[in-house]
Order: sequence, then structure tokens, then C-alpha cells
Amino acid sequence: MYTFSSKLKTFSFILMIVGILGIGYGFLTAPKDIQEVEKILAASAHGEHHAAAAEGHEAAPAHEAEAAPAKATHEATPAAVAVNAKEKDLDTMHVDTLSVAVAPAAESHEAPAVAHKAHKAEVHDEHAEHQAHLEHVLHQLQNKPWAALYVACIFFMFISLGVLAFYAIQQVAQAGWSPVLFRVMQGITAYLPVGSVIFFIFLILCGLHFNHLFIWLDPKVVAEDELIRNKSGYLNFPFWIIRAAVFLIGWNLYRYYSRKNCLAQDEANDDLYYKKNFKLSAVFLVFFIVTESIMSWDWIMSIDPHWFSTLFGWYVFMSFFVSAVTTICLVTLYLKSKGYLEHVNTSHIHDLAKFMFGFSVFWTYLWFSQFMLIWYANIPEEVTYFITRIEHYNLPFFGAVVMNFVFPILILVNTDFKRITWVLVMAGTVILFGHYIDFFNMIMPSSVGDQWFIGISEISSVLFFLGLFILVVFTALTKVPLLPKRNPFIEESKHFHY
Amino acid sequence: MSTNKVIHAIYNDDDVLMDAVRKTRIAHHHIEEVFTPFPVHGLDKAMGIAPTRLAICAFIYGCLGLTVATTMMDYIMIQDWPQDIGGKPSFSYIQNMPAFVPVMFEMTVFFAAHLMVVTFYMRSKLWPFKQAENPDVRTTDDHFLMEVAVSGNEEDMVSFFQNTGAVEVKVIEKH
Repeated sequence: MYTFSSKLKTFSFILMIVGILGIGYGFLTAPKDIQEVEKILAASAHGEHHAAAAEGHEAAPAHEAEAAPAKATHEATPAAVAVNAKEKDLDTMHVDTLSVAVAPAAESHEAPAVAHKAHKAEVHDEHAEHQAHLEHVLHQLQNKPWAALYVACIFFMFISLGVLAFYAIQQVAQAGWSPVLFRVMQGITAYLPVGSVIFFIFLILCGLHFNHLFIWLDPKVVAEDELIRNKSGYLNFPFWIIRAAVFLIGWNLYRYYSRKNCLAQDEANDDLYYKKNFKLSAVFLVFFIVTESIMSWDWIMSIDPHWFSTLFGWYVFMSFFVSAVTTICLVTLYLKSKGYLEHVNTSHIHDLAKFMFGFSVFWTYLWFSQFMLIWYANIPEEVTYFITRIEHYNLPFFGAVVMNFVFPILILVNTDFKRITWVLVMAGTVILFGHYIDFFNMIMPSSVGDQWFIGISEISSVLFFLGLFILVVFTALTKVPLLPKRNPFIEESKHFHY
Repeated sequence: MSTNKVIHAIYNDDDVLMDAVRKTRIAHHHIEEVFTPFPVHGLDKAMGIAPTRLAICAFIYGCLGLTVATTMMDYIMIQDWPQDIGGKPSFSYIQNMPAFVPVMFEMTVFFAAHLMVVTFYMRSKLWPFKQAENPDVRTTDDHFLMEVAVSGNEEDMVSFFQNTGAVEVKVIEKH
């Protein structure tokens, strides 16, 4: 039996408390109205946005030509200068539209009277545009703490879901190596019910318009947006929340009965419960692959309801599946280092590491397939997805590939390294961070856009869910012995060597 | 020793063979070679053979393949004649890289696989029309043969191998 070390327990509580404080801070400091947004933008404008604007100029050489007459106009009409200067600070995109708008005015500069009239109209338009822009930024900044919470919440829930899928596969494949790890996997999946409840509450809050993460939940947006309106047969709140409930309940039922049967098998005299679990797992895997696909559309892809991709479900699956295997590996290494897993040897660890390696490569394959197909065809309605990511999320977008592919492939390709604890802990940490970033990349660009930042909200959301995860998982591990007794493959598994 | 006599100890079971190999090593007889009809798991470890470095070769060959692919396409598509083909940006390699990745991947695999196989053939001296080095035809079917150099007392060694469960022990003069 495993006893939860008091140090780890305290650690998890500290993580949760720090996390809650940080999350609260994130919500409290989110701007409440347009005036605050204006202040925030003015404060940050002097720093980043000048640089961004400069970059924009460099990127488009033709733009410079437009910028010059624009300057001339500025000098001519001081009133406009004030507004323009302010506008210019806002962001690159805006400056682009502005100077394009100003350029024709500059052309007609020779006839001052005409130019002046034109300018008045311009300023007026600019003002409306400015207000629209501020509102846009306000939505993004208000979304930020919610999105940070959402990414962390979904990431940790998916990890335990991935472990559940891995566990079911091991049952159905009658794997001879893994039964000694079944109780570890069951322990990690203990987070699933807790995570599901929090996640479901979050979805309901979205439906009650506490946030603006899913824009298709906003009737005002739907009324104006024909594309979303055409999808509303699928993307409507009641159907969406019922689907979510069915998926979450289905997964949790499998987890509950599978664990129950596994414990009953320990006390049984025959293999009846083992066989029951086998059938249950097979049914679950069919249910899982269907629901997994749909939930990836519902919970991640629908954040950007104008975009669609066919292989998105598998891509999301691989992202959390490799994180799940990594988590199994890390928890196993921890328990082993504390002397609780007598029958786990380096060959078991080696097998887990091989899965980490293989699935990392498979994730990359799907990542690249999705990216390259869209990049190659370059159809405007699809490609915006990647354009926003490459423009505004350049480092996280490509950094995720480095962390999830280049790093693991170079480290874990070596057979000897796959048995060394510290190498695996290091590689595993990078993989988990990388996949958090991956989910960050999927969710953030459509909810907060270029206002993203990995700051207090994001970090403390992760800390909170990490603390909760540790608490729930290791509490569950103390409940039952770490070695199944009467699994038909347990002897083979104890003597497994590679 | 100036003799080039060897002992051929023949077994008909791989477990017996493994046991005999272990005993032979403990008795410090030098095992020249073991012939088996199929791979015996753990035989290399029991014989104390150094692990293969073929995987390291493959990794290096893979890197070579990647370099060849990259250099080739950079020269052809970017340096030599940077045409506009369907609007693909050919100003620098990185701009058009996604289009080159399938080739880079396949070349890496191609080089790693083929050069590794060739390395394997060369290192294990295998080629068409090579004279087979089979000391006993039964070793390709159902018998295992351990070849040990004779040193010291020949009779002692013969009786040693008979005690290891060999179905047949022969002393052979090698040329």
C-alpha cells in the first residue's frame, strides 16, 4: 500500500492556494470597460507597439511610401495628428488601415479646402474604428483569465482521459508487460471525475455568458454572422452541453466499472471479471474514438467557429495521449524511487519511454500534416488559422514543435537513455510543457488573439490544476494495493524484461 | 598453441546450448563461433559479444541523407533557378520548407536504411556467390554447433563438452 507523503500533500495544497490566488488576481485585474482598455493600451503602447509598428513598416516596403505622405498630412492638420498618433500606437494592423485611409487624403493635399473636408470625415471614421477596436481588445482582455483557466482545466482532464484510453488499449491488447502498472494508471484516471465536474461547470458558465470564449454562444454574434448561423444546427448551447454531458458520463462510467472489476478480480476465483473488463474496454475504445473526435470539435475547434480541419480530432488526441503516457512514466518513476513498485524494472520504463518517443513523432506527423496541407493549398478561409498563429504566436507555435519533436527525438532515440531516470524526467517535463503550449496554441489565438501573454493568470491556472491533480491522483493511489493480484498476465508482467 | 585443431560440440536444443556456452565461458575455453538455425535470444550476451554499433551508423547515415536532401533542394529550387511555381515563395529555403519536408524525410529514411543494410553486409561479409561457411549442414535445420579452439589437453576438453549435454563432439583439423 502506498502512503501519501505529507510533504507531497503540503506541496499540492501550496500549489492550489497559490493557483487560486493567482487566478483570482487574473480575474480582478481584467479590464471592465473600454476606458480601462484605453489606459492599458496607452501604457503598453510606448514599449511594444512602437516596435511592432516599425516591424510592420519594414515587412511591407510599399507601405513606407504610403507612410511618408501620411506624415505630411500630420504636419498639416495638428488636430488629426493627436488622434493619429494615438491610433498609431494601437497596433500594426490598425496603422496599416489608417495610413491607407490617410494616403488618398495626402494626394489631395494640394487643394487644401478639399483635403480639410476629407480629413474631417476621416477623423470621424477613425473615431468609430477606434471604438470598435477598443471593444475588440476589451473582449480579448476579458477572455484572458478565462482562457488561461480553460487551457489548464482541459489539459489536465485530457491527461487523465489519455491515461484511461492507454489503459483500455493495454487491456484489450492483452499486453504482457503493463499489468504491474495498471494500478498506477487507475490512480491517474482518478482525476477524471474531478476534472470532468470542473470542466462541465466551466462549460455551463460559458453558456451563461460569463465569458466570451465561444463566440457562437453569443446570440448577437450569431445574428450578424451567417457562417455561424448556418452551423447553429450543430453549434447551439443545449445540443452542445448535452453532448458534453454524454461524453463525460460515458468516460467516467468506464473508469468506474473498469476499476471496480479490476478490484473484484483480485478477490475472485476465476477470470470472469477480467473477461468483463476486456469486453468493457473494447466497447469503451469504440465509444472513445467517436466521442474524442466530436469533443475536439466541440471544445477546441468551435472556439474558432469559422475554421475547420478534418484531422483535428486525431491531432488533439495525440497531443494529450503522449502527455498521458509521459505522466504515467513520471508517476511510475516517482513511486519507484520511493520504493513502492517492487516489480517495475527498467524494461517497463523502457517500454513507456518508447511510447513517449513514438507518440511524440506521431503527434509531429499529424501537426505537420495539418499545417502543410493548409499551407500548401493556401485557401484563404482555412489559412487564416495559421496566419494568426505564425504572426502573433510565432515562438509558442514553432517552440511547441521543438519541444514536442526535436527535443524528444534527439534524447529518446537512444536505447540506453530510455532507462535512465533523470533523462526521462527531463524529457518528460519538456514534453508536458510542450503539450501545454500546444493546447495554448489551439485555444488562445481565437480567444485572446494578440493580447496573449504567459503571465500570472496562465501560470497560476496551471499551478492550481497541477496541485489538484497531484492531490487527487496520489490520494487515489493510497486506496488500493499497487499490484493487481489475480490478473492473468501479472506473472508475465512481473518478469518482463526487454 | 601451434595446433589449429577445433572442437565441434553439437547440441539439439537451444536451452542446452545456452547452458553449455555459460559453462564453457566459466571454464575459460575460447569460443570461436556458434552456429544456430535461428536466433537464440540472449546468446550474444552469454557469449560476451560486444553490442552492435549498427544503430549508431544508421543515425549518422540518416543525418547524411537529410543533408543531401536539403542541399539538393536548396540548390535546385532556391539558388539555381528560383522560379515562381504556383505562388510558392522561393526566396529562401525556410520559406518553402514545408514543401520539401516529404523529400527530406524520405531521403533520411532511404539513406539510413540502405546504407545500414550495406554496412551490415560488409561487416558480416555477405554477398552473392560467397562460399557458405557451414561446418555442418544440420546447423541450418535443427542442430546447434559450438566451435571451440583446442588448447591444452584434448581429451579433457572432449569429455568436458560431452558433459555439457552435447549430442556429438568432434575434433577437427582446421586449415
